[in-house]
Amino acid sequence: MAADTAPSRPEPSRPTPPRLRRAGRSGGGEQALLLLVLAYVAFTTLWPLAKLFAAALQPGEDGSPLGLMAEVLASRATARALWGTLATSGLSVVLSTVLGVGLAFAVGLIRLRGRTALVFLILTPLLIPSQTMALAWIELAGANSPILGALGLAPPPGTANPLYSVSGIALVMGVEHMPLVFLATRAALRAVPADLVEAARVIGVPGPRIAVGIVLPLVAPSILAGALLAFTAAIGNFGVPALLGIPGRVSVLTTLIYQRLNGFGPSAAGQVAVLALIMAALVGLALALRGLALRRLAAPLPAGRPLEPTRSSPVGEIVLWLVVAMIAVVPLAALVMTALLPAVGVRFGAETASLAQFAAVIANAAVRRAFANSLLLALACAGIAVAVSVPFAYLVARRPGRLVRALDLVVEAPWVIPGTVVALGMILAFLPPLPVLGVSLYGTLAILLVAYLARFLPLVLRPVTAAAQTADPSLEEAARIVGAGLPRRLAFIFLPGVLPAAVAGALLVVMTALNELTLSALLWSSGHETIGVMVFALQYEGNSTAAAAVAVLSTALLFGLCALANAGARWLPDRILPWRQ
Amino acid sequence: MPHLVARNLTKSFDGVRAVDQVSFAIPDGAFLALLGPSGCGKTTLLRMIAGLEDPDAGELLFDDVAVAGPRGTLPPEARRLGMVFQSYALWPHMTVRGNIEFGLKVQKLPAAERRRRIEEVLEVVGLSGHAARRPHELSGGQRQRVALARSLALRPGLILLDEPLANLDAHLRETMLAEFRRIHSMTGATFVFVTHDQEEAMAVATHVAVMNRGRLEQVGTPEDLYRRPQTESVARFIGRGRTLPVEVMASQDGLCTIALAGGVLKVAGLAPPGPGWLCFHASDLSRAPQRGPFAGEVVNQLFQNGVYATELAPLGVDVETVSLALPERLAPGTRIEVGLSGGWVIARAPSAAPALTGAAARSSA
Ligand SMILES: Nc1ncnc2c1ncn2[C@@H]1O[C@H](COP(=O)(O)OP(=O)(O)OP(=O)(O)O)[C@@H](O)[C@H]1O
Ligand SMILES: [Mg+2]
Repeated sequence: MAADTAPSRPEPSRPTPPRLRRAGRSGGGEQALLLLVLAYVAFTTLWPLAKLFAAALQPGEDGSPLGLMAEVLASRATARALWGTLATSGLSVVLSTVLGVGLAFAVGLIRLRGRTALVFLILTPLLIPSQTMALAWIELAGANSPILGALGLAPPPGTANPLYSVSGIALVMGVEHMPLVFLATRAALRAVPADLVEAARVIGVPGPRIAVGIVLPLVAPSILAGALLAFTAAIGNFGVPALLGIPGRVSVLTTLIYQRLNGFGPSAAGQVAVLALIMAALVGLALALRGLALRRLAAPLPAGRPLEPTRSSPVGEIVLWLVVAMIAVVPLAALVMTALLPAVGVRFGAETASLAQFAAVIANAAVRRAFANSLLLALACAGIAVAVSVPFAYLVARRPGRLVRALDLVVEAPWVIPGTVVALGMILAFLPPLPVLGVSLYGTLAILLVAYLARFLPLVLRPVTAAAQTADPSLEEAARIVGAGLPRRLAFIFLPGVLPAAVAGALLVVMTALNELTLSALLWSSGHETIGVMVFALQYEGNSTAAAAVAVLSTALLFGLCALANAGARWLPDRILPWRQ
Repeated sequence: MPHLVARNLTKSFDGVRAVDQVSFAIPDGAFLALLGPSGCGKTTLLRMIAGLEDPDAGELLFDDVAVAGPRGTLPPEARRLGMVFQSYALWPHMTVRGNIEFGLKVQKLPAAERRRRIEEVLEVVGLSGHAARRPHELSGGQRQRVALARSLALRPGLILLDEPLANLDAHLRETMLAEFRRIHSMTGATFVFVTHDQEEAMAVATHVAVMNRGRLEQVGTPEDLYRRPQTESVARFIGRGRTLPVEVMASQDGLCTIALAGGVLKVAGLAPPGPGWLCFHASDLSRAPQRGPFAGEVVNQLFQNGVYATELAPLGVDVETVSLALPERLAPGTRIEVGLSGGWVIARAPSAAPALTGAAARSSA
């Protein structure tokens, strides 16, 4: 450089000799990131799934190829459970769809007071874990029902709970998965431009005709997609059939796997792996149909001002609140009232109600341990998921090679396939001692953590990737220009951009993992119980008042977290909290 | 000693050459404007200089040290240059101070020196009171200045600017342009400035490079490009130049003898005998009192800036119209003689011949 051009000439500071990297290759840092992510996915997801496939596809006792699969498929128990799964899931989807579509139309088309509260209540069945839902409905419908009893409507003492049946399971699952249809329908309704409806109104079409003739056909593909999502959720549901179906002798695939593994131990792994594959196949089919519905049937809508509810309907509003009370408030009330009883069989009344059960369960060391374990697992899972998602999302958004895209797809699997299938893969992969370390993860909290990580990673990865993809890549390029290397760019430029999405995802993980049952039921061990397992075990032992007390405590914890998230909503990205849209 | 040298730089995206065999040598302290139509590869060339894209072939040297070439590339982190992005790329979670300081911290400058540099560059861009603001609390022009300050703070010898004025209004563009020139002369750094706007380029640049479809058509001073274009497209692009097909009969001492519309005249140029283009601008044409190099009929007139901008259909020349400024209004169809002052002759590729035969056919008809 010619130093004579100006007094404040920059001093030459070229690196000599420059270290060149090979053209066409991304930096070594990115290779290392990719290797780390690959190792993580291989350990938590690929390896367990591979073991599951290997177990299901092994030869039969006579050595014939795929013999095991043939044996299991031919057995009567399999046929019974498959039928049970299809019957309960199918019936539950009908209920979910009717309720979800009706509520979404009502909320979308009627002018309402307290809309946010109403939508929150509609979504509670999704927030509350299955086992708690099942327990609440059992308490509501049983002979000892504190609510039906007071009304004189309870079944006579000594008779079985009417919910211990196919239709009972379908009812509870139908309510539980209704929010999936509700959310899909509501999102579709918001995409319908108002002028399509106004055009019909102008030529004098009455309101109900508009809803059925114009709006419904436009949102039908989304309804179908939501219903298929509810179907996959029903197939994988464990909590409801476990609490209602096992005492009612209704066999479904998830509970059959659970009972086989409980009864015969890991020797049954091969057989149940086949059952797990059947479930995975059903879910895969439903998801493929869902993709088809969304792609083929959906007509592209012109963008426009979204439909705003314009007319008020006092009768509709009352009916709406009654329905919501029936599905969200009354069962929970029955649960709380049961939890306030000192012992099973006592009638609920002002003089019998007490906090004795709460005191008893809090004094119980196992219950306290379960809360500690679940909190620890949920927080650790959320923290690790964030730590993995940030570099993972960086690769997906900035260096999307073929391997990265494949990994991005694979990590979705443990979330969409039934939890029972994931848990089985974990047992098969981690029951034998780990290769180099020589210790087995089975029987420790670690296997639960790995399973949670595999299942819940997408809850963080999805929003973080979405945030990364909308961020301006030149922000990082500007950092490169001033000399910042990959670790520094990740920490100071990329991370702050995706942090709100990461926090929202982490929150979702904590709320979901806290009350997890499906994975825990198969992977827990003595000393490593979780809240979900505790509720299940107490109810199983017949101590339903204690089970109710634990369930109420865990639900209170969950609502506390929701309130916390709600209070912090303005620091979260838009549309993260489903009830605030 | 040239500071920035490119040799046959090439970069393809999906088989399409975005930058095609570009070579140039820019002296130290130059202000290079990179000019060309949209999609011609300006950003891609700039990003290769920055190290954000690796060239497929060719070589790039800073001060005679290869930073990209067959032996590999130097990542942008190690190139120590400054860059102002079209979107400014200010880090939204940092204050103005934080944006400037980040690079200084990366380079491990001590705190006192960092503070000194931040004050200095904020002074230079006139934002001294705004250090604690976040980017979203600034106006477009202020963001622009922060982006410039951020790249100045490290005192790079080379600063790259990708359409830094594209998002600003006309008034602000002018102010910022003057600012750039001031900062350029103050720091003495080499500036490479991508722009769509040739007036902008001509006004500030010491050197202008014109790109077209990935190829570098010409690099030179603004006067060079305006008065002595090397290709037909540069001649037409710069200053809305016009070209007329001519026949070069002889060429000697920088003067070409050309045949135009049946007459013969001498115009500056280096074209060899054969087909040629006569390149000129509207300002080179005027109404001649007696017989000029060619004549034309008035087609249309617009009153603009105090003169009559006139569309003229030349007689005996294969072009639709040429424009010139006339002091008076003339009825359409009026025939006037045209005088030429200046002009520049370049060779015409024989492939352009069909147009000429077409013209010959028409004029003989
Ligand atoms: N990352 C990329 N992937 C594929 N094609 C690209 C990419 N970047 C640029 N191109 C293509 O290369 C060509 C040159 O693009 P470039 O951005 O360099 O043009 P430009 O001169 O900067 O245009 P503009 O003035 O519009 O900014 C274009 O045809 C563009 O489509
Ligand atoms: Mg560009």
